Amino acid sequence: MTPSSSPTAEGVLPGHDDAGGHAGHHDHPSYLVDGTTVKSWLLTIDHKRIGLMFLASVLFFFLVGGVFALAVRVELLTPGPTIMDAMTYNRAFTLHGLIMIFLFMIPAIPAAFGNFMLPLMLGAKDVAFPRLNLASFYIYVTGAVLMVWGMLNGGLDTGWTFYTPYSTHTTTTVAPVLFGAFVIGFSSIATGLNFIVTVHTMRAPGITWFKLPLFVWAIYATSCIQVLATPVIGLLTLLVVGENLFSFGLFDPARGGDPVLFQHLFWFYSHPAVYIMVLPAFGVMSEVVAAFSRKNIFGYRAVAYSSLGIAFVGFFAWGHHMFVSGQSTFDAGVFGVLTMLVGVFTAIKVFNWVGTVYKGAVDFRTPFAYFCGFLFFTVFGGMTGIAVGTVSLDMPWHDTYFVVAHFHFIMVGATLMAFLAAFHYWFPKMFGRMYHEGWGLVSAALIILGFNATFIPQFLLGNYGMPRRYYEYPERFQALNVASTAGASLLAFGFVIVAIYLTYALFYGRVAGKNPWRSKGYEWLSESPPPTHNFVGPQPTFPEEPHYYVAPKKDEVNDV
Amino acid sequence: MSSAPAAHGAAPAPKFAEHFASLEVQNHAARLGMWLFLSTEILLFAGLFACYACYRFLYPEAFAEASRHLDLTLGTVNTVVLITSSLTAALAVHYAKEGKNNMVALMVALTLLMALGFLVIKGFEYSHKFHEGTLPGKHYSYQGLQLPGAPMYFTIYFLSTGLHAFHVTIGMGVLAWMGIRAITQKNFGPNNYTGVELASMYWHLVDLVWIFLFPMLYLV
Repeated sequence: MTPSSSPTAEGVLPGHDDAGGHAGHHDHPSYLVDGTTVKSWLLTIDHKRIGLMFLASVLFFFLVGGVFALAVRVELLTPGPTIMDAMTYNRAFTLHGLIMIFLFMIPAIPAAFGNFMLPLMLGAKDVAFPRLNLASFYIYVTGAVLMVWGMLNGGLDTGWTFYTPYSTHTTTTVAPVLFGAFVIGFSSIATGLNFIVTVHTMRAPGITWFKLPLFVWAIYATSCIQVLATPVIGLLTLLVVGENLFSFGLFDPARGGDPVLFQHLFWFYSHPAVYIMVLPAFGVMSEVVAAFSRKNIFGYRAVAYSSLGIAFVGFFAWGHHMFVSGQSTFDAGVFGVLTMLVGVFTAIKVFNWVGTVYKGAVDFRTPFAYFCGFLFFTVFGGMTGIAVGTVSLDMPWHDTYFVVAHFHFIMVGATLMAFLAAFHYWFPKMFGRMYHEGWGLVSAALIILGFNATFIPQFLLGNYGMPRRYYEYPERFQALNVASTAGASLLAFGFVIVAIYLTYALFYGRVAGKNPWRSKGYEWLSESPPPTHNFVGPQPTFPEEPHYYVAPKKDEVNDV
Repeated sequence: MSSAPAAHGAAPAPKFAEHFASLEVQNHAARLGMWLFLSTEILLFAGLFACYACYRFLYPEAFAEASRHLDLTLGTVNTVVLITSSLTAALAVHYAKEGKNNMVALMVALTLLMALGFLVIKGFEYSHKFHEGTLPGKHYSYQGLQLPGAPMYFTIYFLSTGLHAFHVTIGMGVLAWMGIRAITQKNFGPNNYTGVELASMYWHLVDLVWIFLFPMLYLV
């Protein structure tokens, strides 16, 4: 332990932007240029480089999943066949769901931004197990390759939920895809385990549990879910693979098996998986809202504890996916109530974010624009979650587009907004350059509008009774489907703009300097981009709270 | 990773990764990581326990009857063998702390021997079942027990004992690695025994899972 006895001014007050002029900067090259060979990237154990590799991978899979989303939307433009046959349609939406969930949303924020930011926020040199971290990336790649290979060679038409007994009888290739999901599960467990141990053992002197940045709390809670839920679906995917290859009959009613047991085991993971996706999003938003409201977060402990609360309650809510599976009315009631408890914890967070913005000196920049979109999607998605958590309402809505719209709002809406907010907020930290603010705001507006235009018609479609996953539909649903597809196009257009100006900024953006937002987050104590071991000079100490924004002065904002 | 200078002269030097604050923290991290990993293993088996509970509830007679078709003697012998191997694994940690590297290697060897014995006995049990036709799912062809749900019992039997045997094999590999380190490097000692400790923890898990599987499959 080497706590520096006299904290440097820089360690204590990260307020001022010194544009890379730090002494010793040249002796400590940034992690981006410290080793430029391909090997130095592929075999790196630097958490920042691993974070970037994850980021590149999830962006690639986001593109693939997005293309298939558009294909599905185009197919649904007309009531009958439009661009593909029914089997291709089944494969397309399965591929869209699988890729987006397992290869994009679950790893997106924790594995990419979590990996990059967590050690910086703890004042640590790296995560606890750097080689496990690299292994986790390659396990992810292996699983992804298996999955994609399976989908290209035969495809999968079960939907991402692989419900039995259909998934054990379908002639499409279930085994490699499910085995890929099993392998990716290991990656998820390894990352989660690494983060938990890192938070417990790697905090710099001065960072107590209640001085952890809220993003760290959120990632910590997420990691707990990853470690505790993923093994169950790991076993389940193995069982279904075995069942598919060797006819074990575990979930096949014809052999005395019970498909509802499959659903229990599946949702025991897959419901908490929703929180694996949104909890990190909540964490990002706690950082962003404090930084751009120039105010200390309102109710730090409530926000921190509610992350743990969501993680805990999230384990007891899975049964709400099975209201129509024949479970008893009593079970359905219990699961309904437990589901609503999640809403209580989420509401705590929402009130605290709003309380933070209230009377803050809001600096309305791109990440904050995404925060606004996020707030709307979370509240709207969350409220519809309460609605579908109510047994009597879920009965008619079950497996309609209402559910599709609901989970896209909360899972995708919230996660995507946070992913983009994180990308924009931390872009200067990660790459040392600024992007164009105007384009950032324009594309944020397009994406938020496009998202609403895509999914609000789907709420209506579901309410009118259009079932999900159907290839054809009655004439009367067409107008809303066209509206939804138009919205999806707008959304895609927004992403194209983001891709263009961020790529441009990566090479030609203005040099950002150490802390362009004048953020108080611990990660901004380091250089932008950070050197390989994160901090130059004596280890910084962290006497202040992480979101310690007080008394915003007029000249302190809007002048970056 | 780099080797730090030995802390107290003669004491063997463990590998110290410089991103940790101290060796103590590094060992704490390793142990915490192992505990978390073991909890994921327990949850992996818990899925099978859930399957067992569900089908036991659906087919109580078939499950009670089928469990009498397992060889209780072989199962009991195996239980004794595995529990004893857990003792020798624990003794390996004890000797590692005292720096008696040869004893560590001996204890590991004994553990491996018993583990091998366990697998051989398991192999006899399996081959008997292959012969009889008490196999999972659609491969079930045993005439002596034709209750609905009996194939399900053997599905769960083979899945859980098979998964357990897989863990035994992995555990043997990990312990063997520690044994080889004890012989070749001879550097386990009061400051450096975490590796043996973690391998032994894993072995206790394998043992513990069997302690649940044995009554579940053979006795109840």
